[in-house]
Amino acid sequence: MRAYLPAYELVVTRTLEDALALLRDEPGAWRPLAGGTDLMVLLEAGRLEHRKFFSVRQLAELRGIEESDGHVTIGALTTYTEVQRSRVLAREFPMLVRAAGETGGVAIQNRGTLGGNIANASPAADSPPALLAYGAEVELVSSRGSRWVAYADFHTGYKQTLMQPDELIARVRLPRPREGARHFYRKVGTRRAQAISKVCFAGLAELDGGVVREVRIALGSVAPVVLRCRRTEALLRGRRLDAESAGAALEEIAKEIAPIDDVRSTARYRARVARNLLAEFLAPPF
Amino acid sequence: MKRGDVSETPGEANETRLDAGRARGSADEERPGADAARGKVSVRCIVNGEAVVLHAYPLARLLDVLREELRLTGTKEGCGEGECGACSVILDGELVNSCLVPVAQVLGAEIKTVEGVADGERLHAVQQAMIECGGAQCGICTPGMVLAALSLLERNPRPTEADIREGLAGNLCRCTGYMKIFDAVVKAVASSQ
Repeated sequence: MRAYLPAYELVVTRTLEDALALLRDEPGAWRPLAGGTDLMVLLEAGRLEHRKFFSVRQLAELRGIEESDGHVTIGALTTYTEVQRSRVLAREFPMLVRAAGETGGVAIQNRGTLGGNIANASPAADSPPALLAYGAEVELVSSRGSRWVAYADFHTGYKQTLMQPDELIARVRLPRPREGARHFYRKVGTRRAQAISKVCFAGLAELDGGVVREVRIALGSVAPVVLRCRRTEALLRGRRLDAESAGAALEEIAKEIAPIDDVRSTARYRARVARNLLAEFLAPPF
Repeated sequence: MKRGDVSETPGEANETRLDAGRARGSADEERPGADAARGKVSVRCIVNGEAVVLHAYPLARLLDVLREELRLTGTKEGCGEGECGACSVILDGELVNSCLVPVAQVLGAEIKTVEGVADGERLHAVQQAMIECGGAQCGICTPGMVLAALSLLERNPRPTEADIREGLAGNLCRCTGYMKIFDAVVKAVASSQ
């Protein structure tokens, strides 16, 4: 059933300061709307429960991609299209660019934003596994100030996050990976465009002479949250990457994920695909 | 026209301030948008080259406002959830699904719908090729396909077949099986070189 439009509000604030003042004055009353690619779907379906929104799309403060020595920092309003057009992201963060290219179609990529994808907190979202594998941090701003949190700690349960009611996602910061690192991203869905993932895998590994110096592994659609597989990573870190360590990792990841049966796939299929993707990520030649 | 430029609907008893930043300074309302203001808003924008003022609830879908207020019914509704692309329009130079755009966000924007594609009676090369190749059957997807193709050609005047497939991947067609639509885009590219 369609939504009753007069029940909803959408204000367009001119500055970030104005937006943060709304959040401060009535904590929990206002929620941000960026590209609308998730919220407008709920609206049309008559399932948009929240009523008061403020548009963040026009806030220039939340745009842009910046490089520093150790990091690349991406504004929360950066669209999937902008991610794909960025040279520095293409060069150093190919998994994020690939995730952006496999989210929806062109029209969705022109509207959907990185910050929105994070805030929507879907366990099936496509950019979060890449962000987790890159060790992202998220900047949360409020009228009280700003704080950076590890993205790996951000999602606390199904559709739950550690954000306070007066906070807004401002930027995402990614540490620049070492040259020669292995970046492995794979989304498995019914078709390439538009499909929501059955399983989504992102892995980053840095090796020193065959020994795993650093590894980060993240999966989408296999748990109530996008999952960073820390126990599997811990098994690999510091070890020589060979058939034995890879075998141990495959056993561990099966225990670490918690896939379910739903409209898109089955728990059994997801568990199998997750293992297969990890095996491909860890396969030689490195 | 700059963003942030807004006028309120005259005669509405209970107006929504669309621009909270501006309203902040006004004397009669200290906390703009904080009251349960549930009126329609007026949104100035440009549609197919013409300046218009849209009157609608702020979260109304651009799709509905185009069709019902401006009577531009070339833009179709398919799925209503951003899957099918039938409602595609070009917003500030970018292809978007108009079913997912709340009208309050098109303040000051330039919008092109399928009605703005032809030059008077002269069809655009993509439209002409769609007719010649049999790319339109029932016609529901056609306006979206035309705008997706236009948007692709704007960025990439010489697309490969893979580029065309990717550019139209967000537009579903249940009649043609797509090949005639891809053929039409190839033909349009050839005819405009």
